[in-house]
Amino acid sequence: MARVLVGVKRVIDYAVKIRVKPDKKGVITDGVKHSMNPFDEIAVEEAVRMKEKKLVSEIIAVSCGPTQSQEVLRTALAMGVDKGIHVEVSGPDYETLQPIHVSKILAKIAQQEHIDLIIVGKQAIDDDSNQTAQMTAAVLDWPQATFASKVEKGDKELTVTREIDGGLETIKCKIPAVISADLRLNEPRYATLPNIMKAKKKPITKITPQDLGVDISPRIKIISVDDPPVRQAGVILPDVDTLVTKLKEGGHIP
Amino acid sequence: MFSSLNRARSLLSLIRYYSSEVLPQLTKDRYPNIKRGNYAVLTQDHLQYFVDLLGRNRVLNDPSDCETYNIDFIKSVRGYSQCVLKPQTTEEVSKILSFCDEHRLAVCPQGGNTGLVGGSVPVFDEVILSTTLMNKIISIDDISGVLVCEAGCILEELEHALGEQGLMMPLDLGAKGSCRIGGNVSTNAGGLRLIRYGNLHGNVLGVEAVKANGQIIDCLSTLKKDNTGYHLKHLFIGSEGTLGVVTKVVIHCPQKPTSLSLAFFGLESFDNILSTFKRAKKELGEILSSCEMLDAQSLNVVKTHLKLKSPIDDYPYYMVIETSGSNEQHDEEKLNRFLEGVMGDGLVMDGTVTNEPGKMRSIWDLRERITEALMYDGYLYKYDISLPIKDFYSLIPKMIERLGSDATRISGYGHIGDGNIHLNISVPKFRQDVLKKIEPYVYELTSQLKGSVSAEHGVGFRKPPYIHYSKSQNSIDLMKDLKKMMDPNNILNPYKVLPF
Ligand SMILES: Cc1cc2nc3c(=O)[nH]c(=O)nc-3n(C[C@H](O)[C@H](O)[C@H](O)COP(=O)(O)OP(=O)(O)OC[C@H]3O[C@@H](n4cnc5c(N)ncnc54)[C@H](O)[C@@H]3O)c2cc1C
Ligand SMILES: Cc1cc2nc3c(=O)[nH]c(=O)nc-3n(C[C@H](O)[C@H](O)[C@H](O)COP(=O)(O)OP(=O)(O)OC[C@H]3O[C@@H](n4cnc5c(N)ncnc54)[C@H](O)[C@@H]3O)c2cc1C
Repeated sequence: MARVLVGVKRVIDYAVKIRVKPDKKGVITDGVKHSMNPFDEIAVEEAVRMKEKKLVSEIIAVSCGPTQSQEVLRTALAMGVDKGIHVEVSGPDYETLQPIHVSKILAKIAQQEHIDLIIVGKQAIDDDSNQTAQMTAAVLDWPQATFASKVEKGDKELTVTREIDGGLETIKCKIPAVISADLRLNEPRYATLPNIMKAKKKPITKITPQDLGVDISPRIKIISVDDPPVRQAGVILPDVDTLVTKLKEGGHIP
Repeated sequence: MFSSLNRARSLLSLIRYYSSEVLPQLTKDRYPNIKRGNYAVLTQDHLQYFVDLLGRNRVLNDPSDCETYNIDFIKSVRGYSQCVLKPQTTEEVSKILSFCDEHRLAVCPQGGNTGLVGGSVPVFDEVILSTTLMNKIISIDDISGVLVCEAGCILEELEHALGEQGLMMPLDLGAKGSCRIGGNVSTNAGGLRLIRYGNLHGNVLGVEAVKANGQIIDCLSTLKKDNTGYHLKHLFIGSEGTLGVVTKVVIHCPQKPTSLSLAFFGLESFDNILSTFKRAKKELGEILSSCEMLDAQSLNVVKTHLKLKSPIDDYPYYMVIETSGSNEQHDEEKLNRFLEGVMGDGLVMDGTVTNEPGKMRSIWDLRERITEALMYDGYLYKYDISLPIKDFYSLIPKMIERLGSDATRISGYGHIGDGNIHLNISVPKFRQDVLKKIEPYVYELTSQLKGSVSAEHGVGFRKPPYIHYSKSQNSIDLMKDLKKMMDPNNILNPYKVLPF
C-alpha cells in the first residue's frame, strides 16, 4: 500500500482582514489568527479518504514555518494524518521562503520516507504562488496531476480529473506522482473531539532545512507590499436625467 | 474566502426565491377583526410638507419603493403604507412627529425591519419612519468603553468600528448584518451573548428619544453611574416604538476578547444538555460567553435548504458553546479539561472545537441561519418563549403530538443558557385552522409553566392579545396609563404591544 505525503501551510485565516505593515515590507501576522491553508485541508482530506478506503498505509504531513506551524500539523493529525514533520523556518528566513525551497524540502522528505504520492493544495491563499506541486514534481522527476477535482487511485497508476479553462480534462499518470488539490476535489471534514484528543498523542518530528541539506537562502527581495486601491463609494442620483448627464461627463456614453 | 462566496450565493438564491413568491396577504385582510383607528389619510399636502422638510429623495411614496418597508422579515404581515420618511437628524424626527401628532397621522418607526413579531411594519397605512439614514457613529471612548451613536447604525458595523479600538458590542444576534441599534434597543434584543453580558437595560447608558408630540428627551448620559431622578431611558428600552422614537444611544461596550473558541456538540438527550450546561457554567466559569442548543430538525433545515455542512454525524440534540477571554493558554486549558470531562462521562457523544475564525463562522452559521432556512419551508409560525430551564424543551413534543401532519417541521432551538427557546412550526402555506390549533394553546402551556410568551422578540403586532398570559392586569393597566401620558393621540406604532 502507498505512503502519502501532504503539505500543510499555516496561513492567515481566510476570515481575517489582512493588514499591511507600516514599513510596507509584509503583512501583520502578530496576534492574527492563522489556520491551515484551505487547499491543503482538501489535500489532507483526500489522503485520509484514501486511507479509509485502504488504498494508503500511512500519511505524513509536513509544514515548513515557525513554531506555530505545529498547530496546523495538529489539525492535520486530528483529521486522520498519522505523523507530522515540522521543518522549522522562522524570522527573516520564513519571509523569503519560496516554493522553490519548499519543493526541495518536500522532495527530500519524500525520498527519505519512501513516499509514493505527494498531495498539496494547488496554491496557498497568502502568496497565491501555485508552484509548489509543479516544482516538487520537477525536482523528483515524477509526473504531476495539478488542479485535481477527482482522483482515482489504482495500483500502479492514477486517473485524475483536472479543472482546466472551460472544462475538465481526465488524465492517467504513473505512481509515484504529485497531485495538487483544487477546490472541488472534496469537502474537508471537521476534526472531531475524539480525534482531536487522539491527535495529541501522535508524533511530530522537528527538523531543519539544514538537516535535509536544503539551502533556503533568499532568491527574492521584497520591495514593497501594498493594499489594493480603495474602491470609491457609489452615489445615488435623483433621476435618470442626472444619471445621463453624469455618464456623459464621465465620457461613458457619447 | 470560499465560504463567504457560498454564503453570498445562498443569500442570492433566497432573494430570488422570495422575489418570485406571491406577496403575503395584507394584514387588514388576514386579521379582519382589527379596525383601522380614526387617523387621517395621507394627502398631497402632508406629502408636500415632508418633501419640503426632507427633500424629494428622502420621502418615498411610489408603491413599489414602499413595498419592502411594508413587509416584515418572515413575510407574516403586510401593510399598505404609501409613505416612507428617512430623516437624518433628531430635529427632523421631531418635526415629523409633531406634524403627524397635530394632523393625526399614525406612524410606524422602523429600523432594520428584522423584527419577528410584526412590530416594524404598518398594520394599515401608517407613515413609516425609517432610521436607515441616521447611521453616524458619534464617538467611541476606548478607555471607558462608551459608544455614542445614532439609532440607525447597523449592529455589525458598530461591531467592526469597535473592533478597531479593541472593544465589542455587548450583544450579538443572527440579524446583525441588517438590524439597527435603535431597533435592538427598542426591542431590548437579547441574542447570543446575553448569558455573559446581560441585557440592554444594563448595557444602555443613555438614550435620546423623541416623544409623539415631537418633544426631544435627552437622556444621553455617557456616565456609568447617574442616579439623578427617574431612569427614563428604561421607558424606551423594549417599548417597541410605542412610547417614542429612539434617535441616539449610548452603549457600554466590553473589551473585545483576544482568545475565542467555539465547540459544537452532539448529544443523545435533553437531560444531557442540562448536565453539560451546568458543567460549562462550573468549569468554564467567567470565560463562558455563549451556550446555545438546537434540535435535529433545526440542524436538518440548514443542511437541507442552505446546504450547510454539519461537523458531525446525526444526533437528536446539538449544543454550541463559545468561550472568550484574554489569555489563550488559560482558556484552552480550561476548555480542554471541560471537553475531556463531558466526553469522558458520556454527556457529549461527538463534537468539534476550533479557534479558527473561518471555521467558527461556519459553525455559528448552523445556529444563526435557522430562521432564514426555515422560510424555505413556506410559512412560519414562530414563538419565542422563556421557560424554567427544566421545562425548556417540553413544548416541542406537545406541539408535535397536537399538530401531527399539519406541520412540515416542528423545531426548537435557542438560548439554553437564558432559558429562552424558539419554537418554530413551518407549513407550506399560511392556514388559519393551523394557527387556531397553535394559539392560544402554546401560550396557555407557557403560562401554566410560569414562562414568558415573549422572551426577547417583543410583543409587536402578533402578541398583544396574549400578554395577559405573562403580565398581571394591574401591570397592563399601568402600561396603558404610561402610553396615554406619553402619546395621548396614540399615533406611535398603534395596534402594537398593548391589547386594546
Ligand atoms: C457606610 C455606608 C456605605 C455606603 N456605601 C454605598 C455604596 O458603596 N454605594 C451606594 O450606592 N450607596 C452606598 N451607601 C448608601 C446606602 O447605603 C445605600 O443607598 C443603600 O442602598 C440604602 O439602603 P437602605 O435599606 O438603608 O435604605 P434607606 O436608607 O432606608 O432608604 C433609602 C431610600 O430608599 C427608600 N426606600 C427604602 N426602602 C424602600 C422600599 N422597600 N420601597 C421604596 N422605597 C424604599 C427610602 O424612602 C429612601 O428614599 C452607603 C451608606 C453607608 C452608611
Ligand atoms: C435571523 C434573525 C435572528 C434574530 N435573532 C435574535 C436574537 O437572537 N435575539 C433577539 O432578541 N432578537 C433576534 N431577532 C429579532 C430582531 O432582529 C431583533 O429584535 C432586532 O433587535 C430588531 O432590530 P431592527 O433594527 O431590525 O428593528 P425593526 O425590526 O425595524 O423594529 C423592531 C421594533 O422596534 C421598533 N423600532 C425600530 N427602530 C426604532 C427606533 N429607532 N425607535 C423606536 N422604535 C423603533 C419598531 O417599530 C418595531 O416595533 C432576530 C431576527 C432575525 C431575522
